[in-house]
Parts: sequence; structure tokens; C-alpha cells
Amino acid sequence: MATSKTLGESLRQHGVSRRGFLKFCAATASMMALPPSMAPAIAQALEKARRPSVIWLSFQECTGCTESLTRSFSPTVENLIFDVISLDYHHTLQAAAGDAAEHAREQAMNTNAGEYLVVVDGSLPGPNANPGYSTIAGISNYDMLMDTIDGAAAVVAVGTCAAFGGLPKADPNPTGAVSVQDLVKDKPVINVSGCPPVPMVITGVLAQFLTFGTLPELDEYGRPRAFFGQSIHDRCYRRPFYDKGKFAESFDDEGAKAGWCLYRLGCKGPMTYNACATMKWNGGASWPVEAGYPCLGCSEPDFWDAGGFYKALSVPTGSPGDVLLTAGAVGAAVGVGAGLMSRNQGKQAAKHHDKVTADQLEEKL
Amino acid sequence: MTPMDFLLLTKGPLFSLAIAIFALGILIRLFEIFALGRAHNYAAARGNEVIPGLKTMYRRFNPDPGTFKRSTFDVVVGTLWHVGFVIALLMFIPHIELIKSTLGVSWPGLPNPVVDAVTAITLLGLVAVLIHRLTHPVKRFLSTPQDYLIWAVTFLPVLTGYLAYHRLINPYPLALGLHIFTVEIFLIVLPFTKLTHIFTAFVARYYNGAIFGRKGIQS
Repeated sequence: MATSKTLGESLRQHGVSRRGFLKFCAATASMMALPPSMAPAIAQALEKARRPSVIWLSFQECTGCTESLTRSFSPTVENLIFDVISLDYHHTLQAAAGDAAEHAREQAMNTNAGEYLVVVDGSLPGPNANPGYSTIAGISNYDMLMDTIDGAAAVVAVGTCAAFGGLPKADPNPTGAVSVQDLVKDKPVINVSGCPPVPMVITGVLAQFLTFGTLPELDEYGRPRAFFGQSIHDRCYRRPFYDKGKFAESFDDEGAKAGWCLYRLGCKGPMTYNACATMKWNGGASWPVEAGYPCLGCSEPDFWDAGGFYKALSVPTGSPGDVLLTAGAVGAAVGVGAGLMSRNQGKQAAKHHDKVTADQLEEKL
Repeated sequence: MTPMDFLLLTKGPLFSLAIAIFALGILIRLFEIFALGRAHNYAAARGNEVIPGLKTMYRRFNPDPGTFKRSTFDVVVGTLWHVGFVIALLMFIPHIELIKSTLGVSWPGLPNPVVDAVTAITLLGLVAVLIHRLTHPVKRFLSTPQDYLIWAVTFLPVLTGYLAYHRLINPYPLALGLHIFTVEIFLIVLPFTKLTHIFTAFVARYYNGAIFGRKGIQS
């Protein structure tokens, strides 16, 4: 529940130094593409911010997103920021269970009506699907979401499942899974996609909400532009190898060992917008491409069905070689047939030519 | 339809359809030409046909001095954008990947900045030839709707490729999807328009050279 303690007080209580806090504010400012002069403003606003109530709904998900957030290098400022928001309902993290847990959610909704944030993690069976695929306390995901967002200030869809449907929505989508933005039309929805998303991104979005009371600028997919504004490919440290045409051809060849571009191994960096290449993972230790693994494009809609993780982006999904061969063979056969027919026609016509003598022609004059 | 659905449609069924129509159409036309053969020449041959035929296939790349003098713009800009188009098509690494997956053959590509520059020159060349066609009275008079159609279907893949590479259309799956889609239009239109010259030009050159070779004269 929201308490009167400010964020600044909470952080100090958790032993975060002023210096550490300001560093976080400067990093947040730069992440949000704000001038460095905004860092003190962020610090000031965050210091005074009251703990906002957050209701975290977990639907058809794997808890990976929660893992990503809570197990990010502990203790970090992000972690503490997360501690000091009032997380009033979260299956994995809350102590309460059963009826008490649902009661906590309802109470948070009533106390903070119109002000609380709803974080959704996971996709949910759509209104036309069988609601039995995912229920909590006997309530269908759909009903719970619609009920909860009623008094929400905004909805944050964390992870690709919540943002775009993710794995549950992958072909053939047996549960009729849909994303949050498919259902929520009258509240602002911020998509923090990724499988899982970079922890700093979710805290960045929360920090902006706390600092300015506003929601971040969003891209075409409803993702915060500050974090999803540039492609993995454009920020990749292996990009010079792509431009030079130096590629790893397999996972253990000389190119792979030399750290060359992974495009030919199926890297989806060119179509993927995320902050991995700049923020990295595990406290800035590394990220998939740095570990020698091609980007899967996990922050993009329908990435599971985007034509194979290990196929280069420009490679067609069907079997064009066979099509080309078949169509070519048929074409050649038909062409030869048509040519021979025309040739025969010509011969027949020549055979039936009436011979005309000069005298006959003169007679006609 | 989401941008990703569109991209998958263009990369999957539409691409298969386009290359099926392309292969069927172009091979029907070519094999019909070959099967028709040429009128029998009863005169005694004075020279070989094959070598001069093959030589002429190459030699026609050089414009004769008269043509160059009369149509300098056409020769220079025409050559420029044709070469640019072929480089962008065959030397861009993602294209080579596509060819490798379809035909099983591959070769080293050019660095992206080089292909990028060549593409920009190609685009400018194509715009220039259109302007020339529209402003030159004789060319304009001779132009049929098909000429404008094939200009458009040639220009669009280059343009959308350039836009996709520079991410000037968002989201990216839409940009890439549009590029692939315009290429599919190009492939489908190709066998049924003047674009067949991509293949028939060489057949015609061969026949030309072979005829002259048989007569024992230089072509």
C-alpha cells in the first residue's frame, strides 16, 4: 500500500548513498535522451515522489520477466527503486496467498483509484477464447485485467507476451492468446517488450512516471522510444564486420572466434529494436551477441514465427529452390511445346502455299 | 494485418508465387524462341558461328562511336544505372544470402557502404532517365505506357531497398516487406514486358554475331 514515506527517504534507509542515487539519475536522464542538466531535476523529483501503488498481474507467462527484474545484480539502485514502489499485488513476490492476496489487490484498487499503475506480465486468453486456459482465484485473466485497469492511471505491459502475445500467441495459438494492447483501448499502454525485457528499461519507465508524472514517448509498437528507438544492428559492436562483409559461417569457425558478424547465423538484429546492445545484461557484463549468439529478435511482435532463428533475415521462409525448379521445368516444357507447335504451323502453311507464276500474276492485272 | 504478418507473407507464399510466375513465364518465352529456331540458310558457311556469336554477346556492351556521339546521355546514364542495379542486386550480402538459399550458389559481397553509394547513384540515374524521357520530345513521343510501367517496377525495388537499409520507413518489418513486395511485382511483370531484354538481349546478340560469323564478316 502507498505510504507517506518518500522515495528519497526509502533509499537512504536502504543504504543508497547520495552519490549512487545521483549516478542513477544521470544514467536515467541519458537513457531518456534528456540533457545531463536534467539529472538534478530527476533527483529532486524522485526524492519527493510518493510510493506509487503498483498492481502486477501475471497471466500466461513463465515468470522470466519477474526473474529478470528481481535477480538483476543485487543490490542495485534499480532493485531498490523497485523495492520502494508499493508493489501491492504480485503472485511471485507477495507473502499473501489465496483470498488475502485478492483482497490486497482490491484494497489497492480502492485506496488508489485513478492513480495506480498496472503492470501486466504474460498474455491472456482473448474474450472469445476458453477462459479456462488461465485463471487466478477462479477469475479469468480477461475479467481480472478489465476489472483492474478500470481505475488505473496507466498499464505497463512487461515482456513480449504481454506486449505482443509472445510465446502463447505463437502459431497455432491454442489458447487464443492476445496481448494487453489488443484489449485495453481506453488507458495508456506502455509496452516494455523483450523475452525478458532489460531490467533497466522497466525501472526507467517507472522512474519517468515518478519524475514527471508523465508517460514516455512511444514508438509505433507502443514501446518507450528512449529504449526502443534504435535497432540492435545499428548499435551492435559487431556492426563494422557486417559493413566489411566479414561473417561467422558457423558457431565455431574462425569468424565466430574472431567475433565477426552473426547475420548469416540468423541474427535478427537488423529488425530488432531494443536496448541490449547499449545497456547489456547482468549489470553490463555482456549480452547475447557479445556471447556469440545471434539476436532472436525477442522484443519484436511474432518473433517466434518470424521464419526460423538460424535463418538469415533475408532468406525466404518457404522452399523457393523447389518452386523455382518445378516452375522452371514446366516453363521449359511448355516453351518447347509452344515453339514446336508454331514451327509446325509455319511448315504446314508453307506446304499449302499455292504457287503463282508470273503469267498468272500478269493475268490478274 | 501486422507489419510482421506482411513481412512473412512477402517472404513466404508471395515470394514462392512470384518466382513461380517468373520462372514459368521467362522459360516459356526463352524455350519458345529456341524451339522456333532460325530459317535455314542454304548458302555455304564462310566461317564459324559459335565464337563470333559469343564474342558479340560481350562486344555489344561497348557502344559504337556513332551511337555514343548521338546519344551520349542515354549511353552514359543508361550504363551507369544498369551497372549500379546489377551491383546492388548481386553484391549486397543479404541478397547473396537469399540467392544462396534459393539456388545454392554464393560469392563474396561488397562492403555495405559501397553498395549504399552505388544504390544512391542508381536511384539518381533512374530519376534522370525518367526526366530525360519526359522532356525529350522524340523519346516522349515514342514512349508507351509500358515504358513507364517498367520504369516504375524497376525503380521501386531500388527505392524501397534504400529506404529499408536507411530505416526511413518504420517499423522495419514493414520496410523490408515493402522492399520484397516490390521485387515480387518486378519478378511477375518481367516475363510479360520489355524487361525480358534482361535475357533476350543476349540471345539476340548471339544470333546477330552468329549470322555475321557465318558470313565471315566482323560484327
